[in-house]
Amino acid sequence: MNLSVKIGRLTLQNPVTVASGTFGYGAEYARLIDLNQLGAVTVKGIRVCPVRGNPTPRTFEVTSGLLNAIGLQGPGVDAFIKKYWPFLRELKVPTIVNIWGTTVDEYVEVTRRLSELEGLGAIEINVSCPNVNGDGTAFGTDLNLLGEIVSACRRATSLTLITKLSPNVSSIVPYAKAAEQAGSDALSIMNSYPAMAIDPETRRPRLGNVTGGLSGPCIKPIAVKLVFDAARAVRIPIIGIGGIQDASDALEFIIAGATAVAIGTANFYEPQTALRVVEGLREYLKNHQIEDINDLIGSVRIERKSSC
Amino acid sequence: MVEQTATIISNRCETGLYFRLVLHAPAIAPNVQPGQFVHIRIPSLKDALLRRPFSVFDTGQETISILYKVVGKGTVALARMRENEDLSLLGPLGHGFTIPTANSEFPLLVAGGYGMAALYLLAKQSTQKGIVFAGARERNDILCEAEFRALGWDVRVATEDGSYGERGLVTQPLRTELERQAEGRKLFACGPTPMLEAVSKLAEEFGVGAEVSLDQHLCCGVGACLTCVVPVKTSDGWEYQRACTEGPVFDARKILWEAGL
Repeated sequence: MNLSVKIGRLTLQNPVTVASGTFGYGAEYARLIDLNQLGAVTVKGIRVCPVRGNPTPRTFEVTSGLLNAIGLQGPGVDAFIKKYWPFLRELKVPTIVNIWGTTVDEYVEVTRRLSELEGLGAIEINVSCPNVNGDGTAFGTDLNLLGEIVSACRRATSLTLITKLSPNVSSIVPYAKAAEQAGSDALSIMNSYPAMAIDPETRRPRLGNVTGGLSGPCIKPIAVKLVFDAARAVRIPIIGIGGIQDASDALEFIIAGATAVAIGTANFYEPQTALRVVEGLREYLKNHQIEDINDLIGSVRIERKSSC
Repeated sequence: MVEQTATIISNRCETGLYFRLVLHAPAIAPNVQPGQFVHIRIPSLKDALLRRPFSVFDTGQETISILYKVVGKGTVALARMRENEDLSLLGPLGHGFTIPTANSEFPLLVAGGYGMAALYLLAKQSTQKGIVFAGARERNDILCEAEFRALGWDVRVATEDGSYGERGLVTQPLRTELERQAEGRKLFACGPTPMLEAVSKLAEEFGVGAEVSLDQHLCCGVGACLTCVVPVKTSDGWEYQRACTEGPVFDARKILWEAGL
């Protein structure tokens, strides 16, 4: 039985990683789960400089989901390399580092710095950040900016590049194609969905940042549809992300067209989720007598009934 | 820190809305330091996904007990659970209190409401028997006074409505005591954030040390999500630190209260 998949030049022993921002820098969960059983470890978003993040409250629990506005708090690329890379380097599974910035130059600079690390698995570009040089539009919701960022990072590294797309667009297809054309080796679909909650008693927003991103099981069907749409438009592999809690959820993404999946919000309440998903995928293949997980990718059966 | 399925030994109402939960958690119980907490997944919550954090009130060889107040859907669901049912626990989590020894400062504990629950283990393990200042809205919110007295501690009560002890906030009798003697004393506090801020100001005013346990809104509990951050002074300004990891107990002097919690 084969569970291994390829993302760019990267071979994952199984198709299950974790979503950036939900797993710290790996070390936080090392005492609770065996990281070497994952397909890859994806760490929290890194910028050129340290980032303090948003005022509290930063998360709020909603029905079957979680609102967050952490504000990409992080140590900056130099402190990341000093503090966390020695630990990550020793893992038997690849590390994927998520990066972000507010200018194209910042993205390029982080990409360069990370490319110097021997043994780094891949770089995942977070494009859901505002462009401070332009009109503040998020890079990921402007086709030209998206292409520009990905091309610039592509020129700066030979590492596998993954572009993590925003769901906040009318159709994911042109964005998926733009990232592919600009040289991205893979796509992560999706980031959290823009959302908000208000306390009626105080009339105040529930988050210190006023608005945030929605994640968790409540966004899963949205994410499955985005993966389904993108998978039919591009040839590069897709990492499906959005509310996965068990192997059945992961299978939906794979059957919709994802090559791999990432566990996000579930890490916060059930740290064993990713390993249980790996186990569940193995069981599914056995029960359905499927030799290779790759045979399942995009295997959704669509029988359109004619309408009267 | 481990994840463990813990079986409920008992889960009883103490008084009013306060419950005492005793769990069989042999992998966690021996390692709990005063001020640490456990993060509990309550299965019946279903669409409310997150774990709920609770201070460890007391430990036995293989058991831990928790005092909690029924305040929201999490604690409502927890209060309905019965003995022999299982809960998933992560713990022990966080950085706890410094336990007073024979040579350290004389301990003054300050509790607001169910903040008492986070201080009992500290009183139990402290070599010196000090004074506990217990404050709450009314008589029924003063918890486990008898248990602190049984350890040999002096307990001084203040209630906002005057239904028990001194009328007013707990910081009043604390101030009186510090005016009498501050030197060689140290404060350990747990309660609502405004109370902790007031305790910190008193510590500063009287030049005594203070450790405060912050009741921040928590998410993952293990340092990954950065939900529970607290503004902490550094050599060149301030930074956000995690209540679940660097805290929940912080040196009061290091907290930048004016940045807002």
